[in-house]
Amino acid sequence: MALTQTADLPALSASSRARLGALGSIGLGAAGLLAFLLIWQAVPALGLVNPMMLPGPLAIPTAFRSEIDSGMWLKAVTGSLSHYGIGLVIGAALGVAVGVLTGMSRVAEDLTSWVVRLLRPIPGLAWAPFAIIWFGVTPKAAVFIIAVSVFWIVFFAAHGAVRGVDRDLLEVAEAFGFRRAHEKLLKIYLPAAMPGILVGLRTALGQAWMAVVAAEIFGVPGLGNRMIEASSLLATDIVVVYMLTMAALYGILDSLFLVAQNWLLRWKA
Amino acid sequence: MESVIDIRGLGLTFERDGRRTEVLRGLDLSIPRGAFVAIVGASGVGKSTLLRVLIGLAKASAGQVSVTTRSAARQPVALVFQDSRLLPWRRVVDNVALGLEGSGLSKIERRARAVEALRVVGLAELAGRWPYQLSGGQRQRVSLARALAVEPEVLLMDEPFSALDAISREGLQDELTRIWRETGKTILFVTHDIEEAVYLADRVVVLAGAPGRAVIDRTIDASRPRHRDDPAHSALIADIRGHIARPG
Ligand SMILES: Nc1ncnc2c1ncn2[C@@H]1O[C@H](COP(=O)(O)OP(=O)(O)O)[C@@H](O)[C@H]1O
Ligand SMILES: [Mg+2]
Repeated sequence: MALTQTADLPALSASSRARLGALGSIGLGAAGLLAFLLIWQAVPALGLVNPMMLPGPLAIPTAFRSEIDSGMWLKAVTGSLSHYGIGLVIGAALGVAVGVLTGMSRVAEDLTSWVVRLLRPIPGLAWAPFAIIWFGVTPKAAVFIIAVSVFWIVFFAAHGAVRGVDRDLLEVAEAFGFRRAHEKLLKIYLPAAMPGILVGLRTALGQAWMAVVAAEIFGVPGLGNRMIEASSLLATDIVVVYMLTMAALYGILDSLFLVAQNWLLRWKA
Repeated sequence: MESVIDIRGLGLTFERDGRRTEVLRGLDLSIPRGAFVAIVGASGVGKSTLLRVLIGLAKASAGQVSVTTRSAARQPVALVFQDSRLLPWRRVVDNVALGLEGSGLSKIERRARAVEALRVVGLAELAGRWPYQLSGGQRQRVSLARALAVEPEVLLMDEPFSALDAISREGLQDELTRIWRETGKTILFVTHDIEEAVYLADRVVVLAGAPGRAVIDRTIDASRPRHRDDPAHSALIADIRGHIARPG
């Protein structure tokens, strides 16, 4: 019988088995990454692809060093992070404000509903022509495009979260004498909607990162722009340096966000 | 005797989507200061609605309701809900302090008063916890502390113990009796549990009928401390049960 052959590990407790499982999946992840790097190195090394078209991973540290030494890397990173940060803050602040307002007020919701339906399907990048006409190819244009992309995501998240606030909790505020809109906003709506708003913000964090790169490809100084410059010189190793830089920065930002989110939502079971 | 709550000819009709539901009609009720009055009635008869009118969450459609309090307190009436309704993002102490915000007290004073109210319900040591870390009985105690913290003259309670297990419920009933005797607050206690009403209150008012009105109003003159399932009360309980089943 097949059943009799399923060897259970009776000597291991459930928790040590779970730990083994976790170690196993870390090991597999590392093995997969190593295999990826090996294949990546092998493809140009074996001449399957011209190394000019695809540099192997071993070529990357040297390119990275030269970008650091020339000061280009730091300039590109600070440029991108500043568009990103400012655009994110503006888009998120407006998104939360309008989302909360339309979530709390039926009149505001009805008033904006058709405008929202009209503007919402326009992708953030479709604002690039106007961004350039209004602001030129400047950091302001990048900030604008990023803010627009972030706005919609955060607006919908905040609106939905506020609409979903438990009426019973609003009644608690009223029963204890907080009946004016700003009192209910601060005592109930904002904290109750916070989990939903944070979900939107996290999505926006990723979306804004894409918008940064896209806006910079139009010529605004930063990571995306430096990458395009490098590619026009066929410096593919530098292109890869910036691709990896984007991945690393996003990973760090997302982790920091998760830490902040866990702290803000520490009241959740 | 001076009454704190005076209800004359109270009527309340909900209107929604053109459909009218008359919940209360011609309700008269006068509650003297310091009384412990239980309101019993079947589910849907309008007990919660009555309390909501008293605390200003709902508006009467007819009649007068007056709550006359002596102090100039910001909040002379407080309500304890059936489900504790703690704000999950506030620690226990800050839940209890909710009603004190906007009272002009500093944050430190508010917290001190909140801890004091928690002490009254025996939970001062849980002040720093989050609501999700409490049992159902503890949550309901916190909810009671939140109402007590504003030092209301009138405490309205809407089936506050009905969601609890028997042991927590009996513990809280005795605690409430003690708090009432120590503070002299007026308590209006809504329940669908007749035994609970008869065990706790000085007076039991039965709401029945559709639209609901007070069908009987009995004073209970048993001495305290009382005994649960006192056979002396069985006739009264049977009488009340009969009125709830067949109003009129
Ligand atoms: N906001 C409302 N709109 C319409 N009907 C309501 C509303 N609130 C309560 N009711 C109705 O009023 C009646 C009394 O409700 P309630 O006071 O909650 O009863 P009880 O607390 O005695 O169980 C019920 O029939 C209920 O459906
Ligand atoms: Mg009710």
